[in-house]
Amino acid sequence: MDSIPILRMGPVLLVSIQVDMHDRLALTLQEDLSDAITANGSKGVLIDISALGVVDSFMGRMLANIAGIARVLDAATVVVGMQPAVAITLVELGLSLEGVRTALNIEKGMALLQAAVAERDAVLHVMDDADGTD
Amino acid sequence: MLTARTEQIAVREQHDIVSVRQMVRSWSLAVGLGLVDLTKLVTAASEIARNTVVYGGGGTLQIEELRDGLRLGVRLVFEDQGPGIVDIDRAMTDGYSSGSGMGLGLGGTKRLVDEFDIASTPGVGTRVTITKWRSR
Ligand SMILES: Nc1ncnc2c1ncn2[C@@H]1O[C@H](COP(=O)(O)OP(=O)(O)OP(=O)(O)O)[C@@H](O)[C@H]1O
Ligand SMILES: [Mg+2]
Repeated sequence: MDSIPILRMGPVLLVSIQVDMHDRLALTLQEDLSDAITANGSKGVLIDISALGVVDSFMGRMLANIAGIARVLDAATVVVGMQPAVAITLVELGLSLEGVRTALNIEKGMALLQAAVAERDAVLHVMDDADGTD
Repeated sequence: MLTARTEQIAVREQHDIVSVRQMVRSWSLAVGLGLVDLTKLVTAASEIARNTVVYGGGGTLQIEELRDGLRLGVRLVFEDQGPGIVDIDRAMTDGYSSGSGMGLGLGGTKRLVDEFDIASTPGVGTRVTITKWRSR
């Protein structure tokens, strides 16, 4: 497998990582997601890692990078389904995954993203009103 | 202490890091490591395997199933003939990386396993040995 499929659901991009990724594949996903956010003007990215039995420092860094890139491109990122053993291991490894929002499952992650997008729109609306341009 | 079974594989390129993870997972299951311990050992193995590929220029993993009385464990010996590490203390420090990493690999790995040993000679190579015992 040379790439991880990215699904588009309205303003949100959905990725479910189902394979043990080699490093190059992880980097490809990072690039593909950045391109897809730009191409679609996506407002949110949801990454399901429930099938991953291991997240090491390289994959952890990739998740943090994606969240960082998405933020710059004005999109929110939520990582869902992290297995408890993976979470425990990441903490002990010393990886904080700073700036990466997480949720228990896809449903909760979607709700979080929708709330983030709605909040952002509300803020933009208020700014528009203040501008008197609305 | 007895080595019940042992196997060696090459750790030369990216795909080998995936093979290392898979192999360590299956040996950990065979020994009966719990899910958290298994996850810690596989993660530790992934970190050291990547160092072997990236910094060591490739090497080998010797994997061993250990029996010490009633105790069972898995030992991993990563070896390369790369440039070695001049200052091991510095390399072990969280946050130190000579490359583009976060410098968590070695320090983090030590926290994830029960036994950790690193031996490195500049110009000769590096050997990292990690062991995880099944908790009873
Ligand atoms: N097998 C090796 N041969 C030579 N140098 C090594 C080897 N393993 C580690 N090092 C050196 O030790 C440093 C620290 O390694 P460590 O794994 O802790 O961090 P990193 O690989 O740089 O970053 P990270 O693992 O967080 O991606 C490396 O940057 C490298 O200079
Ligand atoms: Mg490393």
